[in-house]
Amino acid sequence: MTDARFSTARRAQLQRALSLLAVSALEGVTSRAWATPQQSTPRLLVVFLRGAYDAANVLVPVGSDFYYEARPTIAIARPQRVLEQGAAIPLVPLQGTGEAVPANAEQSAQWGMHPAWRDSLYPFWMQGQLAVVPFAGTHDMSRSHFETQDSIEAGLAPGAGIEHRSGFLNRLAEVLAGRGQAVAFTDGLPAILAGAQSVPNVSLKGNARAPQSHYMQAVQQMYAGTRHAPLIAQGLDLRTTVAEEARAMQAKDAMHGEMQAASRKAMSAQSFETEARRMASLMRDRFNLGFIDVGGWDTHVNQGAAQGALADKLTGLGNGLSLFAQEMEGEWDNTVVVVLSEFGRTFRENGTRGTDHGHGSAYWVLGGGVRGGRFAGDQISLVPKTLNEGRDWPVLNEYRAMFAGMFRHMYGLSATQLAQVFPGAGARDLGLV
Amino acid sequence: MPTPEDLRWLGRVTWGVDSATLAQYQVLGRDAYLEEQLTSAAKDAPELAAQLVTLPLLGRSAAELLIAARAEQQRINALTDEDDKRRARGEERRAANEAVLQAAQRQLLRNLYSQEPLREQMTWFWMNHFNVFSNKGGVRWALAEFEDHDIRPRALGKFSDLVMATLTSPAMLIYLDNAQSRAGKINENYARELMELHTLGVSEGTSGSHYSQEDVQELARVLTGVGLNATGEAPRIAPKLRALLVSHGVFEFNPARHDFGEKTVLGHRIAGRGFEEVREVIDLLCRQPATARHISKKLARYFVADEPPPSLVDAMTRTFLATDGDLKSVLRVMFHSTEFNEAVRLPEQHAALKLKMPMQFVISSLRMQYDGERITSVRPILGWLNQLGQPMYGRVTPDGYADGEAAWSSPGQWVKRFEVAQAMVHASQVLGVSTASTSSARRDALTRATVATFSAPTKVALAQATNTQERHALMLASPEWMMR
Repeated sequence: MTDARFSTARRAQLQRALSLLAVSALEGVTSRAWATPQQSTPRLLVVFLRGAYDAANVLVPVGSDFYYEARPTIAIARPQRVLEQGAAIPLVPLQGTGEAVPANAEQSAQWGMHPAWRDSLYPFWMQGQLAVVPFAGTHDMSRSHFETQDSIEAGLAPGAGIEHRSGFLNRLAEVLAGRGQAVAFTDGLPAILAGAQSVPNVSLKGNARAPQSHYMQAVQQMYAGTRHAPLIAQGLDLRTTVAEEARAMQAKDAMHGEMQAASRKAMSAQSFETEARRMASLMRDRFNLGFIDVGGWDTHVNQGAAQGALADKLTGLGNGLSLFAQEMEGEWDNTVVVVLSEFGRTFRENGTRGTDHGHGSAYWVLGGGVRGGRFAGDQISLVPKTLNEGRDWPVLNEYRAMFAGMFRHMYGLSATQLAQVFPGAGARDLGLV
Repeated sequence: MPTPEDLRWLGRVTWGVDSATLAQYQVLGRDAYLEEQLTSAAKDAPELAAQLVTLPLLGRSAAELLIAARAEQQRINALTDEDDKRRARGEERRAANEAVLQAAQRQLLRNLYSQEPLREQMTWFWMNHFNVFSNKGGVRWALAEFEDHDIRPRALGKFSDLVMATLTSPAMLIYLDNAQSRAGKINENYARELMELHTLGVSEGTSGSHYSQEDVQELARVLTGVGLNATGEAPRIAPKLRALLVSHGVFEFNPARHDFGEKTVLGHRIAGRGFEEVREVIDLLCRQPATARHISKKLARYFVADEPPPSLVDAMTRTFLATDGDLKSVLRVMFHSTEFNEAVRLPEQHAALKLKMPMQFVISSLRMQYDGERITSVRPILGWLNQLGQPMYGRVTPDGYADGEAAWSSPGQWVKRFEVAQAMVHASQVLGVSTASTSSARRDALTRATVATFSAPTKVALAQATNTQERHALMLASPEWMMR
């Protein structure tokens, strides 16, 4: 099913060797208008899966008989053998993560990973660079995509006033002051980055055309000396940089030619894999606080199991994140990626071989310095009576507490600063970073 | 030749100057033109009406659409074949999107061509103030009627009439969940937003609003039973309550779901007796000074300045209270005020230059660019509004789109505006513009008059444009055009 692939480590090795050769191709990329973030400030990338991805089929409760009763057609099979094709991959906590690891760990694993991530994200688990927070989420129980997404992005307690509020990543940028350089890799400015700080946004999809230069030069002439001029310069510079980085990446790829062709299928300009690589080059060199969203997870109908609609989306996401890590090169050690979604889905499958809107989800945290290969936060065994309202995963690990705990470590934020980012939320250290 | 002041005045009172509007203004003079706009009859001119009649779904009421949608949902759920189900759901979704699209088409055509541009702007203003999100459940089916039947005819009338109309509209009842709320299982969402957003303003905020969580709960109790019935059948109600049932279309006040206890809202006792309580509480809310101030400030912010002069807000508040919320009177005071007229005469000096919101930018640009021609396809407009971050009916949260430069002035948005400016200039084909242009002389005169008011750097850039289309794009991208 999968082609022969190099291990992540080897690929990284090859990449570094080849990138030395590709230096000349990067000469076109020059320094831009904004300050370069200090080397020591960690990079944070938040990846929002819009549509409520089915956490229970990605972090698979293989130890729960109830799971298999609840999902007669779409459950991911329990693994009978190690790395069995089409079955969940047993997730065993790594040695030295402070968790007991029994002798027959693989056979008795309580959790498994969707097999679509076998070659992309599973290696990160094995290297201790990927952790998971089960039963994660928000206490908002509207089960409305838009309302819950909005509420999470605002980072306020459910029920807080909604008048033109800011997003929590914008408040983080504010608190980080000069240290923070935020960017949204989206078409418009998302709610999570709305607020007092001026944050550029640029979509990395498509052909990354630089804005038409003669026209834009004339435009800048008209705005010279106005108070909008710096914002406009920043916006144009970012678009131009993205176009240049895209060209540089194409040149690098052309040089790797044969080697890449063997290990990676062609990526369309629209794929998440392409976006992820472009994101990495921007976050390696210019920004340290990024946001991107990926849609299409609302699998009410025919979601598939080890293969199918959800599996295909997972493959793209996993590959993209793996490529992101590679492209970050040396900065990967100083980078944290958090993958979240507005809520999980119903534990039982519905009448159309899919799942409906649920509550608790699973968040994934990866990075070179992440304390990975472990389950973070509180857990509960999954039986009918522990489900939320008898239908969904409960939320035991609230997202604001989780992020606050991470930010405290990553950025050395004080209690006051954390309260600015997440008013009214206490920080919980889940040992992720 | 219009004066720069005339152009700015029209730029604020209407969606943007075009030759026809300018001609009308010059014939009547400013005061008479304003009066005509304030007292307009919410009628579509013949050519516009002819365009609108081609949108079939608009001929069906929200009640009809919601009842049919509910029946269809039940039919689909009963299907046994999975593929049939999927296909039917897809068709239903497409039909619902079409309903929203036709509502958007109607209002965009009105924004472009109505002879009552003040009413159309106020329709947008109230649609934003009483925000609903098209993508929430049945709102899709109820949206067209909400805009055309509930909001637009009342856009210049009494404020409390507007509030009552939105309160009984299926769109609002679905969007803010009051359709679900009943005695014993109360949903406070609408009650809260009714106070915080629609009337009084944020408690302890600048409108002088003061209400407590208890007030919200008590208001929610008053509103129990205010909901919808899309079954097409009368509800089962005990005989003694039947006289208290109120229904029109799918709106239904169902006394069987109502909490008849006494309530206290803002210190005011409301005797439990049915739908009359709702009228009483709405009157109470609309008569609060905080409501007068909240609405007056929002109107002044929209038309005058991001930080409207307190003296003007005071005057408008007094008028609101004195006329029991007569919006045309409040607007009349605003448009005749020194503050407004100074803002129009010398905007920079009065910190009154307003960055156009995407809707204002796009509509004013199209009215200028395609002056005298007829746009027949508005789909590209929806795309531009999406790209600029202000999709029609697309605000998720009830607070509506923010009015103020801070909300629209990010680096990414600026670049997008410049790109959309270019796109608009090159869009005659996709907009279905009739190529026969009978009034290019008038359009050119208007363009010249407009450019004459621009600054030297802008004029230089325009003069250096390599062709007409680039010059037009630069005009629309200019700092002067971006502001109103």
